[in-house]
Amino acid sequence: MLMTVEELNRVLYVDLTKKDIKVKDRTDLFDEYLGGSGVAIKLLEEECPMGIDPLSAANPMIFAVGPLTALYPTASKTVAMFKSPLTGNLGESHCGGRSAMAIRLAGYGAIVITGSSDILLYLTIEGDKVKFHDASSIGGMDAQTVGRILREAETGSGVRTIIRTGRAGGKLVRYACAVSETYRHFGRLGLGAVMGSKNLKAIVISADKSVGIPKDKRKEYRTVYDEIHDVVVKSDAMAKYHDLGTAGKLYEMNKLGGMAHKNLESASAPEAIALELSGENFANKFLSRRISCAHCPVGCVHLASLRELYEPGYYFKSTTIPYDNEPIYAVGFMLGMEHAEDCLRLIDAVDSVAMDIISTGVALAWATEAYAKGLITKAHTDGLDLHWGDVSSYLAAIEKIVEMPTEFYQNLAMGVEHASSVYGGQDYALAFGGNEMPAYHTGIACYINNLTGARHSHLDSAGYTLDQKLIGKEFSIEEVVKSLIAEEEWRQILSSLVVCFFARGVYTSERVLKAMAAIGLENWSPEKLDVVGREIHRAKMNFKFREGFELAKLRIPKRIFEVPTPHGLLKEEDLRTAIEIYGGIISAQK
Amino acid sequence: MVKKLAVVDVNKCIGCMECMFACTRREGRVGFDKSAIRVRSAGGIERGFVVVVCRACEYPPCAKVCPTDALRLRKGGGVILNKDKCIGCGFCAQACIMGAIFWDDELDKPIVCRYCGDCADYCVHDAIGLVDV
Repeated sequence: MLMTVEELNRVLYVDLTKKDIKVKDRTDLFDEYLGGSGVAIKLLEEECPMGIDPLSAANPMIFAVGPLTALYPTASKTVAMFKSPLTGNLGESHCGGRSAMAIRLAGYGAIVITGSSDILLYLTIEGDKVKFHDASSIGGMDAQTVGRILREAETGSGVRTIIRTGRAGGKLVRYACAVSETYRHFGRLGLGAVMGSKNLKAIVISADKSVGIPKDKRKEYRTVYDEIHDVVVKSDAMAKYHDLGTAGKLYEMNKLGGMAHKNLESASAPEAIALELSGENFANKFLSRRISCAHCPVGCVHLASLRELYEPGYYFKSTTIPYDNEPIYAVGFMLGMEHAEDCLRLIDAVDSVAMDIISTGVALAWATEAYAKGLITKAHTDGLDLHWGDVSSYLAAIEKIVEMPTEFYQNLAMGVEHASSVYGGQDYALAFGGNEMPAYHTGIACYINNLTGARHSHLDSAGYTLDQKLIGKEFSIEEVVKSLIAEEEWRQILSSLVVCFFARGVYTSERVLKAMAAIGLENWSPEKLDVVGREIHRAKMNFKFREGFELAKLRIPKRIFEVPTPHGLLKEEDLRTAIEIYGGIISAQK
Repeated sequence: MVKKLAVVDVNKCIGCMECMFACTRREGRVGFDKSAIRVRSAGGIERGFVVVVCRACEYPPCAKVCPTDALRLRKGGGVILNKDKCIGCGFCAQACIMGAIFWDDELDKPIVCRYCGDCADYCVHDAIGLVDV
């Protein structure tokens, strides 16, 4: 079935309580805020009552794509928005796979899921046909198995997405994630727990339509498409992300002294460990396949094949495990792993239960240090002797976070911010704004990013990149803050279109406008993009403030001031100054 | 020289679907509903991908079962569809054990590869390509 470019305006509303659906024309939102993050934050404002429990039926779950989705290469991401059960304010997570293509070509610009079902459900959206299905037989299953079963039970092979939770979602682990296409994740901030609280195990969305390019635009569209395709294929990102994948930068980051190791005991692992956990080593020993998201020629997703003795007597099993920069950091570097194999085992375990791997790794790193310092004991850990590099204990601990056999694990399942508020050790509980920290200890910019970024994610404003650019240069804190805000504002446009941040070099302001004009979206200018980017960013911040987030109350773990960065030791007063400057700028420029 | 489309090395396929998009793009639209090529996982992505596309058979079963001679043999293998003759019976799709004859729901007629090579032009990893017959 053919639809127009403008039919991105169709928003599907699914009420899980009433098992009812409706479709609304939201041209108003898409005209003004493009799609993705821009439309999602507006829908969140509309649908999320102030002060609600994020794990109550009142919390909406919003998936949004944008005007470039499916139409141009690397416009391959879906934005999910919700109130985060981890931080208690803005929940926003991005995922590729086939999710974005499937939502757009099923005929929607956004999907809003509200309410909570009385029985465990999975949802199928096959174009206009939306159905509720009993999921009670797959409730306690891991994310991979759920995917396999639904792949066979449902139609749409090759042109669909299967978004599902694992066991952690059902158990309401606050950093449970949602998985799509087995190897991609809505990783951060607890979408899996929100799905769990709604009694929703999975969503299968199948493409059944196509978007017609207006006749008078077809030639222009082909020209612009080919230009973008060409730039993507010839870009540095292509070679970098295709060859070694995101893991390709681990070794260099460690060499620079910007990689948190053993709960940031240091910012650089010993050379032998760095070589063992490098992207080069993973590729040489384990790389079995590279795959990509729909409509992206890069293929940054790297899959390892791990062959292990399963039982004595020549019983082996081979497991396919995705690896990336952040997982290797979180359960490799942070947990003091000395072998790449062990790192893969941990990635596989976290993926199976479907938890955010950064949060899991950082929580376990804090627990390891707290255990070594006697703040927690074997009574807390249910008998586990947590220590760096001990893969067996960590595998068991991952299971216990989900099953919560002791009160300690119930607290750990609420994130390291919460667990450290109960047991102490906040000086080395590495969460910022309630979200566990990414790999980087590169300088002041990465921490301003972690603290002030709307999602407390390194992808908000890429502070780690700015830190590296500033090495050896004179700069003021104000310049850094302004630069990070400008970056975060521009990224709102990218995540509203929605294009992958890896292709940010391709989608310059000029090229974005060309791409939009070539499909008939012509009322945009560089200035308007800037204004809207700022507006979306402020709307996200305002949602945070509405839900109780306060810049002045941000906790900064002392550990980050004790370990030198490539810029030397950081000072708390500098970071506090940066936060103040940030607050001043965003309240002055609404 | 007559060319045909070939799955040159399926192990290089990363499942990006650029070929599928390219095929439907010829009709001025974005999607898969006019695509004569499909990529799907070989039973889970860890097993890799399967590229389903017309192999340009020398004695094509699809043509053999066409009751109206709408599928004409192409020099060098494969078939050419005469839409005017086609009554949409679907026998051709049933006869292709590769599943390489897709269905156009709008026209209620088969989608048959034209061996134009557009899909291969966008396959930057050389999983598919045009080869001499």
